Amino acid sequence: MKVIKKCMSTGDKIYQGLSYGATFFVLIITIYPFIYVMSMSLSSSTNVLNQSVWLLPKGLSLDSYRIIFRDKAVWTSYYNTLWYVVVGTSISVIMTILTAYPLSRQKFFLKNYVMAFITFTMFFGGGLIPAFININQLGLFNTRWAIVIPSAVSAWYIIIARTFFKSLPESLFESANIDGATDLQVLVKIVIPLSMPILSVLVLFYAISRWNEYFSAMLYLVNKDLHPLQLYLKRVLIENSNEYMTNNPALEATNVNAVGVTEQIKYSLIIVATLPVICVYPFLQKYFVKGMMIGAIKG
Amino acid sequence: MIESKLKSAGKVIRRDRSLIIMIFPVILYYILFHYKPMYGILIAFKDFSISKGILRSEWAGLKYFIQFFESPFLGRLLRNTFSISIYGLLWGFPAPILFALFLNEMKNGFYKRLVQTASYLPYFISTVVVVGMIFNLLSPQTGIVAKFIKEFGGTPVNYMTSTRYFRTIYIASSIWKGFGIDSIIYLAALSGIEQEQYEAATIDGASRLKQTLHITIPGIMPTMIILLILSLGKLMSVGYEKIILMYSPAIYEVADVISTYTYRKGILETQYSFASAVGFFNSVINFVMLVVFNKISRRVSEISLW
Repeated sequence: MKVIKKCMSTGDKIYQGLSYGATFFVLIITIYPFIYVMSMSLSSSTNVLNQSVWLLPKGLSLDSYRIIFRDKAVWTSYYNTLWYVVVGTSISVIMTILTAYPLSRQKFFLKNYVMAFITFTMFFGGGLIPAFININQLGLFNTRWAIVIPSAVSAWYIIIARTFFKSLPESLFESANIDGATDLQVLVKIVIPLSMPILSVLVLFYAISRWNEYFSAMLYLVNKDLHPLQLYLKRVLIENSNEYMTNNPALEATNVNAVGVTEQIKYSLIIVATLPVICVYPFLQKYFVKGMMIGAIKG
Repeated sequence: MIESKLKSAGKVIRRDRSLIIMIFPVILYYILFHYKPMYGILIAFKDFSISKGILRSEWAGLKYFIQFFESPFLGRLLRNTFSISIYGLLWGFPAPILFALFLNEMKNGFYKRLVQTASYLPYFISTVVVVGMIFNLLSPQTGIVAKFIKEFGGTPVNYMTSTRYFRTIYIASSIWKGFGIDSIIYLAALSGIEQEQYEAATIDGASRLKQTLHITIPGIMPTMIILLILSLGKLMSVGYEKIILMYSPAIYEVADVISTYTYRKGILETQYSFASAVGFFNSVINFVMLVVFNKISRRVSEISLW
């Protein structure tokens, strides 16, 4: 190794310098927007309005957070999002495993047919309108199930999970089968305990996509009491609604600069909606990278 | 003969019955939520009305397809869809590859881990928040971009309602969201390259750049080709989820694509049959393009999806 180091030429140094420069640029553009949003949300509303904040918060103030948390609609939509995440992810993960496991078994006589049946949907589908009409006909319109059921399983994750299960030695299953264990017992007692990396990948990716979803909620949910957080965000961030202003006790309690706060609330809402995700994913990073790599080898 | 075949089939079914039971709900799911909507495409060829249902609605033949082909918006929709995805591919395809190559040049350590962790972050942020952040950062009154422009003596404009900036903003933010997570696939491919090749090249005096060009890039070429086929197959499909949040009638001229048009006509204006025809036309193009590019790739490089 020492010899190699000595041989590092000027060209190599430039190349390495370039790599460090480029990755530093990447670091800035990915992190800076969040720092900025965070600082804007924590500054006083006058400093937000006159644009003197650019890196650190100026004139610390929690007014905007106070207003957000006194708005009942925020809590309702937060609860709804949690419901969609917990129920949706459970359904998705269970169904994905129940598909991926049979498809990973050598002996399963239907595996190629089912695989083709599922993969075809990755490349061709009915499209938005037939799907919309279908949900209406099934009576799911304006129910919570319209959010968690129609997109319950992803063919892509089935393939990833199947690839993982396939990497477990087939002899393990066979000997268990010979010992009289049913396939369900094999799955629960042998396969699942060995599959924690892939399970955490499935949980993470399904949960994140439920957390972030707005489109199906916009299509299928008329009742505002069922709306997830993302739809509330859409109304405030994109459509500039200031619905939190009506009947908000925090507004009377604090003497706030109304114009500045309307701007600032957008920043605070972004933080409220993304902080949980930002806090969770670094801890799961090693699993999802592993999971993506399993998928990559096959895909 | 047939009897014995049936017998062995019965045996297999009995042996695998618990596997069949396990997989049954998902098969049902795919029939109900993926194949049934495919059957629903029929409404593109009918005068669909909700009260009559799919089967009893009158046939309309190709009326709605003709209506779409004669529509004054056809050219604009095709142009926008195509240019957003071709420019998106041009800038977006190399981004994760370059990032993976740069990461590959760095020693393992805190800094490398930090960069990687940061690069995945945008992928986990919702589309609504990303677009919301764009609106905020680009806001001519309070945004950070406007602040810098003012400081350097310029006058900020409203970027989100300007036809000049839409495509750039759309593509740049998509790359921002995806380059980190997309690089994982290339890093996986990189880790599959044999170390001996690098050692041999170093002994022969090849520089790191030469090693990248002659070992690393050929090593990840199959991955690149597969991903390129997949992206080329999607050239005519630009999703609606993000554009719906970003556009406004002022910039339909550059921002309206086939999928957003389908959404407006079908969901907002309830022209179900017409919108289905537009959507079906789009899916067929996508499917055909995927098959064609797959075939070309199999001819040229012997790498293909199937």
